[in-house]
Amino acid sequence: MALRGTKTQIVSPVRVLSIGIILSIVLVVVALTSLSMGPAKVSMGTILAWCAGTQSVEQTTSMILTKIRLPRILLAGLVGFTLSLGGVVFQALLRNPLAEPFILGISSGAAIGAIGGIMLGLGFTVGVPLLSFISALATILLVMGISSRHGGLESSTLLLTGVIVNAFFTAIIMFFIATVSDSRLHSMLFWLYGDLSQSKYIQLSISLPLVLIVSGLIYLFSRHLNLMVGGEESALQMGVEVEMVKWISFIGISLITGVVVSFSGIIGFVGLIVPHLMRMILGPDHRLLIPASALGGAVFLVAADTVARTIISPSELPVGVITAFLGAPFFIYLLRKRGSQWTQG
Amino acid sequence: MDAGLILKGVSFSYGNHWSLDGISFGLNQGELMGMIGPNGSGKSTLLRIMDGLVRMDQGEVLLLNRPISRCRRNEVARLIAMVPQETTFRFGFSVFDVVLMGRFAHRGLFPFEGKEDLAIARESMRLTGTLDLERRSIHELSGGEKQRVLIARALTQKAQFVLLDEPTSQLDIRHKVEIFELISSLTQSQGLGVMVVSHDISLAAQYCHRMLLLNEGRMHGIGSPDEVVTTNTISEVYRCPVLVDKNPLTQTPRVTVLSKRAGVDIS
Repeated sequence: MALRGTKTQIVSPVRVLSIGIILSIVLVVVALTSLSMGPAKVSMGTILAWCAGTQSVEQTTSMILTKIRLPRILLAGLVGFTLSLGGVVFQALLRNPLAEPFILGISSGAAIGAIGGIMLGLGFTVGVPLLSFISALATILLVMGISSRHGGLESSTLLLTGVIVNAFFTAIIMFFIATVSDSRLHSMLFWLYGDLSQSKYIQLSISLPLVLIVSGLIYLFSRHLNLMVGGEESALQMGVEVEMVKWISFIGISLITGVVVSFSGIIGFVGLIVPHLMRMILGPDHRLLIPASALGGAVFLVAADTVARTIISPSELPVGVITAFLGAPFFIYLLRKRGSQWTQG
Repeated sequence: MDAGLILKGVSFSYGNHWSLDGISFGLNQGELMGMIGPNGSGKSTLLRIMDGLVRMDQGEVLLLNRPISRCRRNEVARLIAMVPQETTFRFGFSVFDVVLMGRFAHRGLFPFEGKEDLAIARESMRLTGTLDLERRSIHELSGGEKQRVLIARALTQKAQFVLLDEPTSQLDIRHKVEIFELISSLTQSQGLGVMVVSHDISLAAQYCHRMLLLNEGRMHGIGSPDEVVTTNTISEVYRCPVLVDKNPLTQTPRVTVLSKRAGVDIS
């Protein structure tokens, strides 16, 4: 039967804050562990002392830590944060357990731009992300444009449009891939399964402010989302400006998803599994679920990316392979044990 | 009497199929009004129009002298609460969470409830006898319990008008009476203006001050139960032979549906 205990507690600021702090501590621990791992081994003790500024390390080690590992860990965290936030919000807005931030076509839209950029031989710092972001945004505007009627967005129309646009663009992507046979093919496949190896601080300084602003805004809608999962009509009856919440949320989430995906490639599963995990553990209230999912997503992706870059060292796996490979069994275990907390009808 | 929820010449059409036409009446505070009429006569749509959820073609709905079409949703929700026929909850919110949701329209941007909100929710639950369900998941409730919780949520909205869409349709006779008793006593004690849609004409007639009979989108009659519920009108509007007599204990109209075997030719 349904889980008793935690979920029947009233969600207070104190409770949200304490869960937030716990997850932040977990995030820092995972990030520090990740910093110590890689081909050049650095012990945890050294890392801690280095962070505290009490011990200096060799210049090459310092270079590896600050120029390679740290930006990658930070970007992984930010991408995980964003995708998971997008997942929890889309699941609520679309009232669909299969929803994740890519479901409206952002992933394939971004992929078209990225694959095109790679074909043209553009760089991974500016060219590919820029093209990818533009095509992602164009795609989501196309999907929302097709789905809107008299200023209203209808959930099932949005979902179907997204799925169809995804299918169409995937065909184009496959066509591109089929025509390429040199080293660009490897880049394309890595991009399609998520690749954080190109992480740079500049990417962080572009995406971080945007993600913070949008997630702050979305958080103000957390009670609106609680009411909207009970049906849009009933939310209207209780005073929610449903269409406004939908437009702002869809556009905000699409914007930040488009930005991070243009840097990271398509990392599947994070936006689907982490919100469900958090819902199973913490209950359905979005005031708690939104921050917990976002932070949980950051933890999950930092951990997954650490595995991806170390498991077959000195080679790397696309991080999307790890998120699905580790995430799926764990998810199924929890699903069997606790149920999805998602009931129909 | 002009401070209630007033409809003036409301018309609405939905494609070519059906419509509401020339609906005018007012719901006063402290009044319990029953809305009856056959399936498809437009009862639910009229209720939604009264809550400002449907854009009508003609006429206006005045909520305390203001056109409802110009009110923001949270302004409407502070004055009108709706108890929907069916509510689906996709997640296992607790009963208390659900009741507390009624406070939405009273809160600003800060997304957490204060002590006052909790107190109001508890009071609503006390009034509806749902306090002992507080920690249960909304999914685990029976039909009657769920209705009472939804009424508690409506009370938590602290609205002056409550609109109920067939609150008793899924319930057995004991729970039907319970719900009507509850609605009736809340109408009095809270001074609410209440509109309740019901298919149980005899039961509604025992509790309602006035009744509104809707037929194919038009008002067939409005007035006291005695005036509206008669053998002729009910038989004609529902196209089904009935006998209306007086309930010997309450003196309110009582509808008996006549089977073919009764051999009565109504026409």
